[in-house]
Amino acid sequence: MTVESTAAHKPRRSAGSKAGASGTERARTTARKSAEPELVQLLTPEGKRVKNAKNAEYAKYVSGVTPEDLRGLYRDMVLTRRFDAEATALQRQGELGLWASLLGQEAAQIGSGRATREDDYVFPTYREHGVAWCRGVDPTNLLGMFRGVNNGGWDPNGNNFHLYTIVIGSQTLHATGYAMGVAKDGADSAVIAYFGDGASSQGDVAESFTFSAVYNAPVVFFCQNNQWAISEPTEKQTRVPLYQRAQGYGFPGVRVDGNDVLACLAVTRWALERARNGEGPTLVEAYTYRMGAHTTSDDPTKYRADEEREAWEAKDPILRLRRHLEASNHTDEGFFAELEAESEALGRRVREAVRAMPDPDRFAIFENVYADGHALVDEERAQFAAYQASFATESESGFAAGTGGN
Amino acid sequence: MADTASTKNLALAKAINESLRHALEADPKVLIMGEDVGKLGGVFRVTDGLQKDFGESRVIDTPLAESGIVGTAIGLALRGYRPVVEIQFDGFVFPAYDQIVTQLAKMHARSLGKVKLPVVVRIPYGGGIGAVEHHSESPEALFAHVSGLKIVSPSNASDAYWMMQQAIQSDDPVIFFEPKRRYWDKAEVNTEAIPGPLHKAKVVREGTDLTLVAYGPMVKLCQEVAAAAAEEGKNLEVVDLRSVSPLDFDSIQASVEKTRRLVVVHEAPVFFGSGAEIAARITERCFYHLEAPVLRVGGYHAPYPPARLEEEYLPGLDRVLDAVDRALAY
Repeated sequence: MTVESTAAHKPRRSAGSKAGASGTERARTTARKSAEPELVQLLTPEGKRVKNAKNAEYAKYVSGVTPEDLRGLYRDMVLTRRFDAEATALQRQGELGLWASLLGQEAAQIGSGRATREDDYVFPTYREHGVAWCRGVDPTNLLGMFRGVNNGGWDPNGNNFHLYTIVIGSQTLHATGYAMGVAKDGADSAVIAYFGDGASSQGDVAESFTFSAVYNAPVVFFCQNNQWAISEPTEKQTRVPLYQRAQGYGFPGVRVDGNDVLACLAVTRWALERARNGEGPTLVEAYTYRMGAHTTSDDPTKYRADEEREAWEAKDPILRLRRHLEASNHTDEGFFAELEAESEALGRRVREAVRAMPDPDRFAIFENVYADGHALVDEERAQFAAYQASFATESESGFAAGTGGN
Repeated sequence: MADTASTKNLALAKAINESLRHALEADPKVLIMGEDVGKLGGVFRVTDGLQKDFGESRVIDTPLAESGIVGTAIGLALRGYRPVVEIQFDGFVFPAYDQIVTQLAKMHARSLGKVKLPVVVRIPYGGGIGAVEHHSESPEALFAHVSGLKIVSPSNASDAYWMMQQAIQSDDPVIFFEPKRRYWDKAEVNTEAIPGPLHKAKVVREGTDLTLVAYGPMVKLCQEVAAAAAEEGKNLEVVDLRSVSPLDFDSIQASVEKTRRLVVVHEAPVFFGSGAEIAARITERCFYHLEAPVLRVGGYHAPYPPARLEEEYLPGLDRVLDAVDRALAY
């Protein structure tokens, strides 16, 4: 069986839809719940293809997806999850100072990441490990800043994947400016900016919408609405579904099932194609769920119910594609076994790479503060060097702290 | 004096305009961005005529969003452009402060040198023009405290012309503070001269009894102070810093070793201002040369006052002369 759908799934979708909910229920529930059925979905949580009029516009963007492509997407998600789990474990073992897990957001990131072309440029926030994977950034490079050996760790121009940005939403403006440059250059590449539901409240995100619309910049705003900005639910950010924000700026917004890798691939391809065609920005809201904590410093048990996570686990992005692959006979046990072995090897490689990461040279403090140099930095580097050298002198003359203490 | 082929008598604002024009002609990657910089030519007309000659894709009128102006300029710089952005007035830079401090200043270091951000942020600053609030402030110390930024301020048309060229050519972000009350002051500008280094101070008046250090709008005042003091037989030296970060302590030190007294003058509040940094470092460097403590003259630790009070707030001739007298009395 190929990746075609049946009409039989329609009732299942509408069962949870706005039409199916009573007025009383809607009054009690929130905007995000009532708006959830507006999702573009191509694969149900059970792994069955969805085909309907609303999806048709996007489905054509994945009509050429082969079984091999689907296995590739599955592999990407599994390995990204494995990498993420390893990083979380490394944080618990004291090897990393902090980790921001992407658990649950694999489909949103792999689907959108695989939609990008090599000459596109990606501006991530700090959780886009799956997108980095798609861009060919070695995952071990993502860990340097979390281990505390650098503040970046990769050449942004090496894979057209900008450094992680910690200040929420700042990178949406960089993406917009970059896209304005792409348009000036007459290039047909596109730019994609990642941010979260919390960032949608930031002024910079609003300003990036304004600038991109005014200059018709070829940028896709990819909002991963994972429902929680640390402890604040999306209702604390907005009264309207986030994708509807785009309307006020004059460009399209669409909400996609963020746990459906195929739908994310399709919708992002559609949005990137619009950008390439000179049709300007698009807002994609990937409706998903952060299954873990915001970061390893967070404790989600203090602010959200177990039932909520359990409900979302049923929509697991990896499980749903596995179900689809199995039902379609696109795989055999050998595939899963090989992937499991590859996954373990990745975990081992990441673990060993992190533990082998050397501390930076102490003079790195003064490196690259300025491109053209700065007299004060030179002066302070010299003072630092003299201070460091003073220990060597003391040691040579028998006044090292250890010696003196005896 | 009549203009020659290479020398023009220009107002400071016009000198910046010509400098920007030259930069736009010389490098197709240079862009001008800001609110009202296009047809209007900026509220001070600094960009007058540039959009007409270089088009809307080079001289870009932006939405009214300072963070957006600087943030998109960062993105354009990442794409290989050299944006020169205008913040309309000093007090309006704060919505962009986050982008300047957390992004513009840090990205080169964070990328381990892989990324360069040749962005110039032009800020007309300072008081003395009778404006309403947020139009007269001097926030240079807030930027100088941030590593990764360079801060300059010309005091005259010739420096304005050349320093703008050098700021645009720099691969580092430069905050270019323009002394708005001196925009209409004219000076000879030799557009073919070879300028000195951007971050080098200049002795603009030689003297032996005391050094006055200033930059931007206060240089002219200090020259007036020196002229007035000369009538009383006092021989003051005036140093125009030109650059606040990096700051040319060597030139100040050389002057102080000669005069043994130092008064620093700026419009910004004295508390935690650039004068404090100069006083501390010169005290370290010149402790045995100094005959008097380093004194500072500047604004008060109070919001910039309404226009009818700004002459009380701003350093004027008498306040600086008073400080000179106090230093000489030690």
